[in-house]
Amino acid sequence: MGTLKLLQGNEACAEGALYAGCTFFAGYPITPSTEVAEYMSRRLPQIGGAFLQMEDEIAAMAAVIGGSLAGAKTLTATSGPGFSLKQENLGFGMLCEVPCVVIDVMRGGPSTGVPTGPSQSDIMQCRWGTHGDHPVICLTPGYVQEIFSETVRAFNLAEKYRTPVIVAFDEIVGHMREKIEIPDKGVIPIENRRRPTCSPAEYKPFDETKGDVPPVADFFSGYRQHITGLNHASDGFPVNASPRIHTDELRLMRKVEANKKDIIRYEEYLLEDAEVAVFAYGVSGRSGKNAVEQARAAGIKAGLFRPLTIWPFPEEEVAALAARVKAIVVPELSLGQIIYEVERCAKGKCKVVGIYRVDGDPINPTQILDKIKEVK
Amino acid sequence: MSFNYDQYIRGGKLPHIWCPGCTYGIVFKSLLRAVESLKIPKDDIALVSGIGCASRLPGYVDWNTLHTTHGRALPFATGLKMAKPDKKVMVISGDGDATAIGGNHFIHACRRNIDITVIVLNNFIYGMTGGQHSPTTPIGHLATTMPYGNVDPNFNIPDLAKGAGASWVGRGTAYHVPALDKLIIEAMNHKGLSVLEIINACPTTHGRRNKFKNPTDMLLWMKDNSLPITAFDKLPPEKTAGKFPTGVLFKKEAPEYCETYYGLVERLKAQKAKGV
Repeated sequence: MGTLKLLQGNEACAEGALYAGCTFFAGYPITPSTEVAEYMSRRLPQIGGAFLQMEDEIAAMAAVIGGSLAGAKTLTATSGPGFSLKQENLGFGMLCEVPCVVIDVMRGGPSTGVPTGPSQSDIMQCRWGTHGDHPVICLTPGYVQEIFSETVRAFNLAEKYRTPVIVAFDEIVGHMREKIEIPDKGVIPIENRRRPTCSPAEYKPFDETKGDVPPVADFFSGYRQHITGLNHASDGFPVNASPRIHTDELRLMRKVEANKKDIIRYEEYLLEDAEVAVFAYGVSGRSGKNAVEQARAAGIKAGLFRPLTIWPFPEEEVAALAARVKAIVVPELSLGQIIYEVERCAKGKCKVVGIYRVDGDPINPTQILDKIKEVK
Repeated sequence: MSFNYDQYIRGGKLPHIWCPGCTYGIVFKSLLRAVESLKIPKDDIALVSGIGCASRLPGYVDWNTLHTTHGRALPFATGLKMAKPDKKVMVISGDGDATAIGGNHFIHACRRNIDITVIVLNNFIYGMTGGQHSPTTPIGHLATTMPYGNVDPNFNIPDLAKGAGASWVGRGTAYHVPALDKLIIEAMNHKGLSVLEIINACPTTHGRRNKFKNPTDMLLWMKDNSLPITAFDKLPPEKTAGKFPTGVLFKKEAPEYCETYYGLVERLKAQKAKGV
């Protein structure tokens, strides 16, 4: 038995990071994610880790990458406009394959929007926010316990696949307090980045012959290296010629795409015989679960598909679902973003119907239930 | 005895990208001589840069090197330093990189007084993108985005650094090379944030548009328009008009950020051991 605690989602996120071995946080105050920084500012100095409140969101993302290059497991947390500001350096982390975790507690937008209200409207920004083609891993927990465990998983995936990982949840679950169990050390396995076994002279930071996820050497570890945000050769130095850029970008994509089975996680609830499916994550997933239970009580065969990994998108699973249900209902706190992915994967095999809300309140179960009844 | 630069230069990475007449090569060699005299092992030093001509320098040096995003070298370097506070971290930047797009990071790194040596190569122009005016382009000078002469007021980089809280501020030039070697050594030896502005010349995108006949004229301009700070301070204002002081312009004792932070960590550890 681990430790039971009553924690806010943002606090559980910080606990998850610490459980995963995070020793470095850099951030900037922004609602509704600030509690992650506040929690880390108390805990990290106690364990000898580094806490930095930087001058802005851009700097926080940069510091997190710098800390990771020096070998630390690093975290930053932000929301709304702050997530927009982080995009450039997030792209640097992706191209340079720097493990780190970015928390986005989603609030209403665009611009300053609704700082204290929940939203799920950053979800396409999570996928396409930084310029250029790039792989993305993004997790979407919906319960405080899950925020803990998915933050641990985010660190593990970052280390395993040598890439920044985003954890995106909404203001409601970020601020909600629930009882959670923090498992004893060792219960959840912890991944650590693969480090080189070759000599420093032989080491190349992006050596594709070592696999799609080449080993990482820490700065100051004797493996002197050059890291650049320019497209680079396997030795890390800039190249601007084909075919290297093409093959390396394909490798970056492949290390996520080819490992989807390992990365994608979701909950299927009452889907076995379902005629109507609800596709929802985060707080909308919670409402979805309640709506499905009410529908079942009313004799309607409804079920829930709740992704915990939103990127890479569970394409095959949604395609299979679309082939066996009459309709998929997609409630989201936006004016319709993730529904595009559901439609893309459903390929017209079933109806796909959205429920959208951006007024600062969650989509309630009744709204979803009404839609289930309408499409059944 | 000639200095062995090869011990620090990465095999196969030269020639550099800088144009003929560019003074960055002079600074590059001076930096290598300074590091040699400080006897810092290559594994224990990191050189971080942003974007621009100056920012390509780290690629040529056989240290731990990091070429980041435009203006952001300092926060990347801050991350490295906080994770490994016992290592030497340096930043090399340009006038636009450090004081325009990176201006916020620059002033806050100065305020924090974290132990990073910041070298700003001021060539008065955005060179890599072809000659747009920067925060240090002299008023009236032509730039591709100031075709009628620059009307955009300037930053004085040492004043900015001092005002923001840097604990060591200096200025050298690519013309005064023996003095530059000494300044780089002193900047690197300083505990805390040190800012060394080095006056440079960009003949390609600045000089030829602004009545400098050749790169040599630009170096002679540095000679004719600079004064050591010791002489500068003794002269009346009418004698120093249009000239700039060089040397160690400012230094002070101030708490270094990593020492303060990890001092706190030690205090908490001691309290915990005592059961406080």
